[in-house]
Amino acid sequence: MALIETRNLSKFYFVGDNVVHALENISVRINAGEFVSIMGPSGSGKSTFMNLIGCLDQQTGGDYLLDGTSIGDLDKDNLAEIRNRKIGFVFQGFNLLPRTSALENVELPLLYNHITAKERKKRAMNALARLGLQGREDHNPNQLSGGQQQRVAIARALVNDAPVILADEPTGNLDTKTSVEIMELFVQLNSEAQTTIILVTHEQDIAEFSKRIIRFLDGHIVSDVPVVKK
Amino acid sequence: MINVNSTFKIALRALWVNKMRSFLTMLGIIIGVGAVITMLAVGTGASQKISEQIASVGSNLLIVIPGSITQGGIRMGSGSHSTLTRNDAEAIEKECSAVSAVAPFVNTAAQVVYGNQNWATGIFGTSPGILEVKDCTLVTGRNFTDQDIRSATKVCILGQTVVDNLFGGIDPIGQIVRIKKVPFTVIGVLEPKGQSIMGQDQDDVIYIPLTTAQKKIVATHVPGMVRSIMVKARSADDMALAEKQVTELLRQRHRSGPSKEDDFTVRNLSQMMQVAEQSARVMTILLGAIASISLLIGGIGIMNIMLVSVTERTREIGIRMAIGAKTWDIRIQFIIEALTLSLIGGIFGIILGITGSSLISILTEWTTVVSPLSIIMAFGFSGFVGIFFGFYPAYKASLLNPIDALRYE
Ligand SMILES: Nc1ncnc2c1ncn2[C@@H]1O[C@H](COP(=O)(O)OP(=O)(O)OP(=O)(O)O)[C@@H](O)[C@H]1O
Ligand SMILES: [Mg+2]
Repeated sequence: MALIETRNLSKFYFVGDNVVHALENISVRINAGEFVSIMGPSGSGKSTFMNLIGCLDQQTGGDYLLDGTSIGDLDKDNLAEIRNRKIGFVFQGFNLLPRTSALENVELPLLYNHITAKERKKRAMNALARLGLQGREDHNPNQLSGGQQQRVAIARALVNDAPVILADEPTGNLDTKTSVEIMELFVQLNSEAQTTIILVTHEQDIAEFSKRIIRFLDGHIVSDVPVVKK
Repeated sequence: MINVNSTFKIALRALWVNKMRSFLTMLGIIIGVGAVITMLAVGTGASQKISEQIASVGSNLLIVIPGSITQGGIRMGSGSHSTLTRNDAEAIEKECSAVSAVAPFVNTAAQVVYGNQNWATGIFGTSPGILEVKDCTLVTGRNFTDQDIRSATKVCILGQTVVDNLFGGIDPIGQIVRIKKVPFTVIGVLEPKGQSIMGQDQDDVIYIPLTTAQKKIVATHVPGMVRSIMVKARSADDMALAEKQVTELLRQRHRSGPSKEDDFTVRNLSQMMQVAEQSARVMTILLGAIASISLLIGGIGIMNIMLVSVTERTREIGIRMAIGAKTWDIRIQFIIEALTLSLIGGIFGIILGITGSSLISILTEWTTVVSPLSIIMAFGFSGFVGIFFGFYPAYKASLLNPIDALRYE
């Protein structure tokens, strides 16, 4: 059984009298442990796809099964629970809470998962250490570099042992060197912990860190190929 | 739902980020709670004062004054029949079975001199019944005797304030004081009673025999006339009977026929006091209610700021939702934030209220009583205001769609 499976998944936006077909009949299967890149021009529906996969948004048509559960039928709180337990998000703009220490940012998913304060701290410190952020736990986001902020965000995404990490242009705001560091982290995470990673990128170099590239155009998948390692 | 402890920490931090704004919002609650506590303290103080007054005035008292009371107020009767006399008082004492003690009064204000000290005070001519009527005891010395009244001896009983101001340490018993140049021997000192409801010092008095007062001190145009007669009934149950007996006796003595209006008035002092007590209680409630309006306005301030805060922090809400915050997690967060505002405001408000009450009592010499109940009530009410006015913003926050909230600029 695929971890992520969509069947004719569609998303329309209604803007005034116009209907924007952001996604149309997307059918795709992603298995546990895969590392997938999503590519495609601006406006092709990549973010829309990620938001649906991440249970942040709901489809207009078709089905989405996450770990065998049909997402379309769930209410707001069930979706929140699924996001908390099964999905870690990494955003282009980091989306860390301002004026909140790295440690507390990383603890956040555990807080909403009712983990005790002691256990939260232990696990968050572990996650930060895994990402090479020892000694930064008390820094607020504005006291960290972009790369460090993104690593805090990744620590937050994996602290709850979510099986899937969704990253929408995680290196979009970073320089090439830092981008490579972040990608190596993803590769390591994928190979060591078997975490399923799906990331959106505009750069071929970045996409080649993954094992499979899916290309979008105008709300459709136009190609879906494995990465041939050089 | 997430644990309350962490949520309080989050709330405190969010409030700390906007210190000035949080403080100004709290100010509404601070003033509201402060006003409620102060107003209740003033009201409670007044009621308590009246209760004390009732106790200090003596219980089961009737007061007889000349003139009749019609609906328009006091109408003084005319001619000699309108006056109450010492004989009336003595007749009441002798003939009314429901009466245990009687004290007639004449009074004036005069300068009292002892050695080179002098003191202006109230001089009351009365009878030995005074002590029982006023539920008074003497600290030292003796009461008047019937002999003192009959022969108009020049003796006096002093209140504590008079003693303090004239004697300063010397035992006053047996000393001679001069009232309007007439020498009086001090025979007793009254037990202190404190202030009356009107702020009068009840210990600032001198009692002298009625007859002596009528002859030497208080000028009256009718010989033997008294200002008022205080009558003490044997018990609370005898009040009505005593009132009836006194009225009938005086009517007979003043020869007012059944058709004629009485030229005197008998009033039930205890009842009057109770009415005053009740109206003080009503005033307390009224003051408290008016003050709570300001607390309500403080609550609206909280709601206003929380709505602004929710809008400002849409993105934060989006992040929390993306990470797994449920509807009630978000609601609780904002409700606790509002609650924190109002409770901290409540604590400072209590401090303000207590300070305000003592300031008022210092400046105006009113009694103010901050009761624990009023503190608990004001604090509880401020908590309620926080939850009530925090709920709508929290509810609004929880309605956000995670993806819209995340995209919010
Ligand atoms: N909230 C919205 N309301 C209306 N239209 C929207 C909304 N969000 C996205 N769209 C439209 O859906 C289409 C797909 O948008 P999407 O954000 O998925 O593109 P993308 O592939 O992520 O682009 P980019 O590479 O620039 O991030 C676009 O045409 C966009 O205008
Ligand atoms: Mg996008």
